[in-house]
Amino acid sequence: MARLAVNPTRMELTRLKIRLRTAMRGHKLLKDKRDELMKQFLEIVRHNRALRLKVEDALIKANQSFTVASAAMSPEFLEEALLYPKQSVSLDFEYKNIMSVSVPMYEFKTSNEDPSEIFPYGFATTSGELDDAVLSLSQILPDLLQLAQVEKSVQLLSREIEKTRRRVNALEYVMIPQLEETIRYIVMKLDENERGNLSRLMKVKDMMVQEARKSNAY
Amino acid sequence: MYKIAVIGDRESVLSFKALGIETVAVNDAAEAKEQLHRMAEEDYAVIYLTEQMAADLKHELAIYAERVTPAIILMPGQGESLGIGLRAVKEAVERAVGADILGE
Repeated sequence: MARLAVNPTRMELTRLKIRLRTAMRGHKLLKDKRDELMKQFLEIVRHNRALRLKVEDALIKANQSFTVASAAMSPEFLEEALLYPKQSVSLDFEYKNIMSVSVPMYEFKTSNEDPSEIFPYGFATTSGELDDAVLSLSQILPDLLQLAQVEKSVQLLSREIEKTRRRVNALEYVMIPQLEETIRYIVMKLDENERGNLSRLMKVKDMMVQEARKSNAY
Repeated sequence: MYKIAVIGDRESVLSFKALGIETVAVNDAAEAKEQLHRMAEEDYAVIYLTEQMAADLKHELAIYAERVTPAIILMPGQGESLGIGLRAVKEAVERAVGADILGE
């Protein structure tokens, strides 16, 4: 691992040590965040999968009855029958915080509570298949709405997890090794200077002792 | 108060009208894209889009996936499910975990 381009001084060493401590702490925190996000994510995504399979299945069935209905009725009648819906759906949402990721929590309001009251048309001119299609669609509606919330959460969470994982890896495999390497380098360099200094002093002392002996001999 | 809408071909969205959800019938993906952009600017919180339309709108979907609103949810239109919606779930798992650990 490449070391940072810094001067091997004591000041630099102190600075790097502080940086390393911060990096280690950040790494630990981010790792915890990643693990918790993952735990939440897996729970939600399992739910998402099951819900989606169920909704898709029901939608395809509803679509099939609708296709039959549109074959049995003229397009004008069909459109006319569905033109003015009896119920309306509106929604409100607030944010829920999952490990600092804001995910929406939807609250749906349907203006109509009675499930048998959804047909916006009289039964005289419409085919029975249309009733089937509308009924099965209205039955799947709560699931369809819940799917929106779950799937959005999954989308947002998966992106946050990816980001966090990259940060953790960058710290673990780049930042921290680099700092450690540089700190080691500076420590070595300083020690080496210290030894060099010491041996120089000893050498000077030897020379001075010899000098003194020579002048004492006579 | 936020709104919900369904975008898709006429056949697919008509039945949603009965439920009181706003429906937008479009003829092709380009039109769907236009509607999508318009709705994203207005206060639509949830938009259901048929897979048939979504197949050509990968780029747009990726943009909106990063934003909290609107939530664009794929659903099968007329005919068979194309599996795009399910694949998106799979991709989310791969993105987060690194491999699809849910499997079949």
